[in-house]
Order: sequence, then C-alpha cells, then structure tokens
Amino acid sequence: MKIILDKQQLHLTISRLAHQLLENHLNLNEVVFIGLQPRGVKVSNLLVENIRSLYPAEKVQYGILDITFYRDDIRDELHVASKTDVPFSIEGKTVILIDDVLYTGRTIRAALDALQDFGRPNKVELCVLVDRRFNRELPIQPDYCGKAIDTVTSQKVKVEWEREEVVLY
Amino acid sequence: MQLSTKHLLGIKDLTPQDISIILSTATEFKGVLQRQVKKVPSLRDVMIVNLFYENSTRTRISFELAEKRLSADIINFTASGSSAAKGETLLDTVNNILSMKVDMVVLRHSASGAPHFLAKHIPAAIINAGDGINEHPTQALLDAFSIQDKLGSLEGKKIVLIGDIMHSRVALSNIYLLNKMGAEVMVAGPPTLIPKYIGEALGVKVEYNLKKALEWCDVANVLRIQLERQNQVLFSSLREYNLAYGVSKKLLDGLKKEIVIMHPGPINRGVEIDSDVADSKQSIILQQVENGVAVRMAVLYLLSGTKA
Repeated sequence: MKIILDKQQLHLTISRLAHQLLENHLNLNEVVFIGLQPRGVKVSNLLVENIRSLYPAEKVQYGILDITFYRDDIRDELHVASKTDVPFSIEGKTVILIDDVLYTGRTIRAALDALQDFGRPNKVELCVLVDRRFNRELPIQPDYCGKAIDTVTSQKVKVEWEREEVVLY
Repeated sequence: MQLSTKHLLGIKDLTPQDISIILSTATEFKGVLQRQVKKVPSLRDVMIVNLFYENSTRTRISFELAEKRLSADIINFTASGSSAAKGETLLDTVNNILSMKVDMVVLRHSASGAPHFLAKHIPAAIINAGDGINEHPTQALLDAFSIQDKLGSLEGKKIVLIGDIMHSRVALSNIYLLNKMGAEVMVAGPPTLIPKYIGEALGVKVEYNLKKALEWCDVANVLRIQLERQNQVLFSSLREYNLAYGVSKKLLDGLKKEIVIMHPGPINRGVEIDSDVADSKQSIILQQVENGVAVRMAVLYLLSGTKA
C-alpha cells in the first residue's frame, strides 16, 4: 500500500484543477460540469465547490451522470444504476467530464455515449484526479489531470474519502 | 447486487430486496424517458420474443416500447395468425423460436403456470406478462411504483383491491408484493368474487362493504370485472354490480380524505368505476401506464444481466 496523495495534497490538487479549468474557460456561461457516478461525484463536488468560491457561484452549471446503462460489460455483471441529474441543456456547450481515476478509459467511452443522449455539446473535455496512464484500453486521454501515475493492472488505485487520501494497493 | 432469480415468473418468488432493486432501477429509467433521447444501448444484441397467447393492449405495447427503449431486437408473436392456430403446442412453438437464438421470452398465456412450465424446459429468461388467473408481476410492480411515486413509500400504506378478486392475476400479484413491502392490504367486493379463505391464506383483510373499504384505505386499486373468465353467474347484472360495488364520485365525495384511485385497465366505464372518477385528478390510471414502461425496462435490464 502506498499513499499517492495525502489529505493536504488532495485538496491542493483539486484547487489547482479548479484554477486550471478557470484559466482555460474565462467565461463559464458556455461551460457545464458533469461528475460521473458513482465515484467521480465526490471529486466533482469538491471541484465545483472550489470553482464556485472563485467565480459567481450561481453561474456554474453542475450535473451528475450515471453511465450504467451505457456500459460495455453489462452482460458480464449486473450493475445497479445510481442517480442521473443533468438539469440543463448541454446543446452547444463545452462539457467538462469529471471522474476520480482514469484507468481503461471504458467509463469515459460510455459517458461520451450517454452525453449524446442529452444533446450535442460543442466540445467535451475530461478532468480526472488520477491518471493511470499506461493502462488504457481505448484512445482516451485527460485534458486536466491531478496526478499521473504508472501502475500495473494487478494494482488498484482508490480514493479513500474517509481519510481523504488517494491510495495505491 | 443481483436479483435472486433468473426469470420473473411471479412476485411470489421475489425477495423484498429484489423488489427494491427493480423499483429503484425503474426510477432511473423514468429519468431516461424524460431525456432528449429516450433510448439507452443496454440491451443491444439481446433478442426478445413477445409471445402473446391472449389479447392485450397496454402490456404488449408497454413491453414492446420498453424493449425498444433498451435497444433490444424484438419479435412479436400473437397466437391468432400463427401456427398455434394449427395446433402446435406451446413448448414446440417456443423451441422453434429459440432455435433462432432468442435470449428472453415475454409470455402471456391464458393457462396459469404456463411461464413456469416453460422455465423448466428452455434456457432463455422468461418474463411472465400474465398467466391465467395466477400472476401478473409487472403490473403489480408498476402499481407499487406508482403508489411509491405518489405517496413516497409503500410501508404502512393501506391499499384496497376492489372487485373481481377471484379471477384477477393483478390482485394476487399485488397482494404478494404489498405484503412483502410492508403495506396493509384489504380485498373488497361481492362474496361471490372473493375466494373463501383468502384472508387466512394470504394475510389480507376482507370487506364486503365498499363504503367501509374506501373509508379505511389510502389507495383504491379498482379491478376489472373479467367476464371472459366467468363461466357461471356470480352476480345478477352489471348494473346491479355497479350499484353495489361501482366506485362513484358520490361515494368518494362522502369520504373525509382524498384517496388515490388506480385501475390496471382496461376500464369498464360505468361498471366497476364511473367515468367521472376514472378521469378525475384523484385517479393515477394514466400515470400507471406511463410508469409501466420504466418498470418493464428495469425488469428486462436486470434479468438480461443475470447469467444462467
């Protein structure tokens, strides 16, 4: 077991990501933030909270998306869906997808499929807390990345929210 | 998490946890149905056959729509106009269809136990869409979903099933489900249409006076008089039935509270329920139909994910 980000580093990283996002999108009118269920939502909650402290809070549009019904492995294992709440149109907007750990890229593929059913965004960007960069199974890369790490498939990366740490097992 | 069963033959075989999983998944599908694109790719490449040996409007359309919203491939089979009319047996028909690689079968049949029989003989997942006078599980699930939607929960709620309890598969499935989920159930109707020992056998209250039943309940689920299943005279005329057991506006206005009115359809207007009640704002009959699609999507989705 190895700690990749401790509590202080975790919060610093999220705050850095918030600043980077604002740097690239000075005008948030055309931007929407979408956290991915179930595990990405904790990251996106913190991130959006950060952004709302830096920018007029009511102008930050934030939703959560569950991709269970779009997975490519639903016939191997039964997944029970979580809540989806996207209370705005994404048509013509820039969508920032937020997840905790980017691993094979399959969740993001499913999320891209799911997004299409809500409209046609102008652009989709991906923001992740941790990028396991050598384990991708699909051509998907993050635009914003908290920390990139090198791992092998047998290892597991988990964000432990009680202790607020990112841990490599 | 996983359902404890591979088929949906009846509510009787489900655990309370299964029911909770189905209802919460249905909530998510209801959300899907309100999106710009009301379709998800979950059941792509899953082949489903809808075998309807008995007439149906709502259930058949609802299943078909649910299957299409899940991107499944479907075949529709109705007994009239098929080789069933030439005398082919149920098992032969299904085996022939299965040899064309079908993953799931939705079956409605006038013989009670037909889906249970099929489940023993074929490998596909079977969903009971109503078998004789036994069960109609998806109807009970959508009724429960609609009650939950309207009143917040099922636990402790008082639900009365009114009318033709004896011939109603909707009644039996509803009783099993509501009992499992902690609701209180009463059956009401003329003694000739209520099986004699139902109170002891299924743990429900029995009431022969409609007014008293309505005063007791939070929700009244009014059932259709099934003339096609009655081969003896159980009440003297439809008009008399309406006078004694028809739910009328006058009866409801006489109650101290506003109760929720449900009906599984098709409605016999002016028999078990009056038009002004069926079309009133107390009635959630059309919401039931709407919820039916989401509930059936949940059932199909959850059973397609359960490996044999």
